[in-house]
Amino acid sequence: MTAPATTTPLADAADTPAPAKPTVWRKLFRNPAVLTGLAIVLVMVFIGLIAPLIATSDPSAINPAARNRLPMAESSMRADDGTRITVKHWMGTDTLGRDVFSRVVYGARVSIFIGVAVAAISIGVGLVVGLLAGYFRWLDSVIMRIMDGLMAIPAILLAIAVVSLSRAGLLSVIIAIVVPEVPRVVRLVRAVVLSVREEPYVEAARVSGTPTLKLLIRHVLPNTVAPLIVQGTFICASAILVEAILSFLGIGIPPEIPTWGNIMAEGRQLFRVFPHNILYPGIFLALTVLAVNMLGDGLRDTLDPKMEKRG
Amino acid sequence: MLSYILRRLAATVPVLFTVAVMVFLMLRLTPGDPAAIIAGDNATSQQILDIRTKLGLEQPVLQQFFIWLGSILRGDLGESFFFRKTVWELISERIEPTLSLAVLTIVLAVIIAIPLGVVAAYRQGTWVDRLVMGFSVIGFSVPVFVVGYLLVYIFAVKLGWFPVQGYQRISGGLGPWFRSLVLPAFTLSVIYVALIARMTRTSVLEVLSEDYIRTARAKGQTEVKVLFQHALKNAAVPIVTVVGIGIALLIGGVVVTESVYSIPGLGRLTVDAVLARDFPVIQAIILSFSFVYVLINLLVDLSYTIFDPRIRY
Amino acid sequence: MSGPILEIRNLTVGLPKGGDRANAVENVSFHVNPGEIVCVVGESGSGKSVTAHSVMGLLPKGQLKATGGEILLEGENVLTATPSRLRALRGTRMSMIFQEPMTALNPVVTCGAQIDEVLQIHTDLGAAERKEKVLAVMNSVSLPDPEKMFDAYPHQLSGGQRQRIMIAQALVLDPALLIADEPTTALDVTTQAQILKLVSEMQERRGTGVLFITHDFGVVAEIAHRVVVMQKGHVVEAGTANEVLKNPQHPYTKMLINAVPPLTPAVRDEKTGPVALETVKLCKVYGGGGFFQKKREVRAASDVDIRVRRGETLGIVGESGSGKSTVARCIARLIEPSSGGIVVDNMDIARLSERQLRPHRKHCQIVFQDPYRSLNPRRSVGASIVEGPMNFGVSADAAHAKARDLMKLVGLSPDALDRYPHQFSGGQRQRICIARALAMEPEILIADEAVSALDVSVQAQVLDLLDDVRKKFDLAVLFITHDLRVAAQICDRIAVMQNGVVVEHGKTVDVFTNPQHAYTRSLFEAAPGRNFEFARVA
Repeated sequence: MTAPATTTPLADAADTPAPAKPTVWRKLFRNPAVLTGLAIVLVMVFIGLIAPLIATSDPSAINPAARNRLPMAESSMRADDGTRITVKHWMGTDTLGRDVFSRVVYGARVSIFIGVAVAAISIGVGLVVGLLAGYFRWLDSVIMRIMDGLMAIPAILLAIAVVSLSRAGLLSVIIAIVVPEVPRVVRLVRAVVLSVREEPYVEAARVSGTPTLKLLIRHVLPNTVAPLIVQGTFICASAILVEAILSFLGIGIPPEIPTWGNIMAEGRQLFRVFPHNILYPGIFLALTVLAVNMLGDGLRDTLDPKMEKRG
Repeated sequence: MLSYILRRLAATVPVLFTVAVMVFLMLRLTPGDPAAIIAGDNATSQQILDIRTKLGLEQPVLQQFFIWLGSILRGDLGESFFFRKTVWELISERIEPTLSLAVLTIVLAVIIAIPLGVVAAYRQGTWVDRLVMGFSVIGFSVPVFVVGYLLVYIFAVKLGWFPVQGYQRISGGLGPWFRSLVLPAFTLSVIYVALIARMTRTSVLEVLSEDYIRTARAKGQTEVKVLFQHALKNAAVPIVTVVGIGIALLIGGVVVTESVYSIPGLGRLTVDAVLARDFPVIQAIILSFSFVYVLINLLVDLSYTIFDPRIRY
Repeated sequence: MSGPILEIRNLTVGLPKGGDRANAVENVSFHVNPGEIVCVVGESGSGKSVTAHSVMGLLPKGQLKATGGEILLEGENVLTATPSRLRALRGTRMSMIFQEPMTALNPVVTCGAQIDEVLQIHTDLGAAERKEKVLAVMNSVSLPDPEKMFDAYPHQLSGGQRQRIMIAQALVLDPALLIADEPTTALDVTTQAQILKLVSEMQERRGTGVLFITHDFGVVAEIAHRVVVMQKGHVVEAGTANEVLKNPQHPYTKMLINAVPPLTPAVRDEKTGPVALETVKLCKVYGGGGFFQKKREVRAASDVDIRVRRGETLGIVGESGSGKSTVARCIARLIEPSSGGIVVDNMDIARLSERQLRPHRKHCQIVFQDPYRSLNPRRSVGASIVEGPMNFGVSADAAHAKARDLMKLVGLSPDALDRYPHQFSGGQRQRICIARALAMEPEILIADEAVSALDVSVQAQVLDLLDDVRKKFDLAVLFITHDLRVAAQICDRIAVMQNGVVVEHGKTVDVFTNPQHAYTRSLFEAAPGRNFEFARVA
């Protein structure tokens, strides 16, 4: 009555597999946003790495004789061996006579370190908590209530509250920025877990007796990688911004450490006359954050196009 | 409908309670003596002792919490260490500028962002779309204070169109009040516009691929009406959601903007309180901002029923 | 009679570069006369929908574009019409209904307003006149209580009612041509029968020409005057319904018609093996709600008693929402039953915890509906097949050796084991899923709508495979389906479900020849093409 079951390998009539898609890597390297973003980020990382080589002077060296110089001005100072040398201040000097260019170059180190550290810690903590919440119902309500509570506090306020309690320093700033980011990662991971666990292939694995932990690691976890890479990039960008904001408000990294936010905080008083103290670090900061955001946008478009809908 | 509102209102109680617990624990969980932290590095032991008594730190933690929660529920937010006033007085003095700035910013942002997002979605892939999206990424990336100082430098210092800093109370006339807020509102709206425009675009794009849009075209409907009658209303829920969620960004932005423009509002108060380690004030500000944020998002949730008849009461 | 309403001449629609072929449709020609229903039939990818959308000028912008030929609507070429002319024609001279009435209607606009919109666009009538006309057309498509429905939102209506609203909206201005793109595919059989009847009635009464797109030969037999068969973008055969269905000429048409399972059950021996699976008063209640939600309970399955013997296939037949899948998922213990027992291997597994259950998992395996989501896209098919046995302590080598044997058994090359799911077609993936299930050496195999997502020709092959493995391994098969034709071919016994209750239960032959319950009878009456004996040609 019907056609006999085919035994020809890989041949069902009228039923052809989808054509192969270009690989993810190839797509990434064709995306202009990814390429531009990545290039700028790499340049900034490079600048941070070689800061001691390109800085024209010690970023913390105070020179009362050369305060509030305009960009391109020169000043002479005493070197270690006693001879006088002339330093050109590409970006001028601040109210204490410190060289802004050198401080900006060193600032790249702090900003990028904070961005990467915050992203890594937030993703790590959020991933574990999110997986637990998504897969174990009894944990879910407890965890999500706490996350709802944390999310109800506007992020910058929460960060401000955390730094205000601890002594100013790199670690406390990182923790302060991580705390508000974690619930967002948890929600993202949980959403992925909740949707993936309904997939027939996960159910099939359950039916064939795969233990829960293995199920999570083998079938659910890989689905979180792409959205987390994308989210991590955005967290990195936002962490760099928040650090700058905290330092700018005078409650972040201690002022003697050169960060972009601190340089700008320094420049606030004499802003009308010497806008360069805000302008140059501002450009570096905006450019870095812009590049990281572009990278994130490009990654999202190629890796995880549905993410924005999940919000 | 009323029971729906009540149920939603009831659902916010656990969230606010969690916030209260966290605000309370923040101080207690910090390593070291909270009283010493509040008093600062140069405090005498007598000052530390005073603070300890004031906060009731010698009582058990649970008891401390309920005493504290009880006084908050009675509307007693405590007394500022630094300003020598009750926190309630401080906040009510400072609320006008912050509220003015926030409302103006939201209105400005919605008016600019939604048309931008709709046009970008409709012209997906063209230069208009790229321009809007480009602006949006830049808006996310440039720090509020850089935007602020840039605007001040151009429009106040160089062109002299607006005052450089400061705030004019609304009782002193609408004109000066408005002029003093134009630059701050624009500054603050940049990131908000970026956020809303982006979500509008995404949401409208998604709706435009729906079957009922094809149906509307199959009826012979014009593109303009397809876009504004069919697409926008369906796209509304995610857009109002992001307007609500964006309030958190706005509150963060207020802190910075008020510092840049020397506006004596709640944002400025936050920074001053942190610098002075004025802990009752910090706690009260976090609590009240969170309360407002949760309340606004409750209103946003309730507004869904206007846009989407499928959402049940 | 005047000329045809629609005449398509040598239509070619180009695909964007990088597709699997150059053109979505190529040199397609056919016509629709006034008062005639022309069915365009084909499997997925045949270009039937593209043809329909080209007529309306609704091809997705920038992706598909008509590159040759002409489409004459009452003599006017719509391919060269200006956008505003095209808009004027839509809704007045030609209109369209779609597959999914839920998504085709705007969810935030009332039904009446959506019909009214057509009048607002194309006529100068006043509000009162328009309302009168809308109510009249709603009445004519047999919508109950049009006054009330006018203000209802689409989600408040049933699927059939929504499709009636779509039809009312399409016909309100009496167009010359109605295009129906699989309008009943998303509906249950009984609703489908009503909608098909409505379409023929309206078409007869108004003399509309209908271009009806479908993949279902049952539907074709039910309503078509003439048939156009498409394959991979080409018209391979055209003729009157009788000619094509009774005496198909093209091998592809023959193959398609042969693949339609007959509604008469195959003769099958009585199975007497031991009972492999039994449910006792199985119930599943959804909902309940928390503290803040309203309490709403849905009894998805109540008091279901079924029994399947080794070597036997039990079909559970029902429409959407009947609870047939709920029963399957309870038995596979993907969800926890609310009460009742599930006896497998002399053990009640209904109330075991996930951990206690694990050792018993191997007895019962399941094959799902959607072949594209049933395999982990990130893992090779080999890894998916060996996962189960290795969970039960089989060594990697032994498991892989077995996987190779199973691949041969299901008709695939053992060398394909290290390929990934996306390299296989839907039918092949379903074969892999069967192999994965068999790897566990189960006694019970559940097929949950396992062939519903496949094209008819592929469907027949997978059905044969299922029956083969049942014989070979003496399996108890629980076959969940909405399709009576499929059930007739493969099931020894049938349980008919409605609203969570088994309303009829018996041998397939008995149920088909002498249905007892009114609901079962209505299902048979609704089966499309039931009175039509399809040609069986070699």
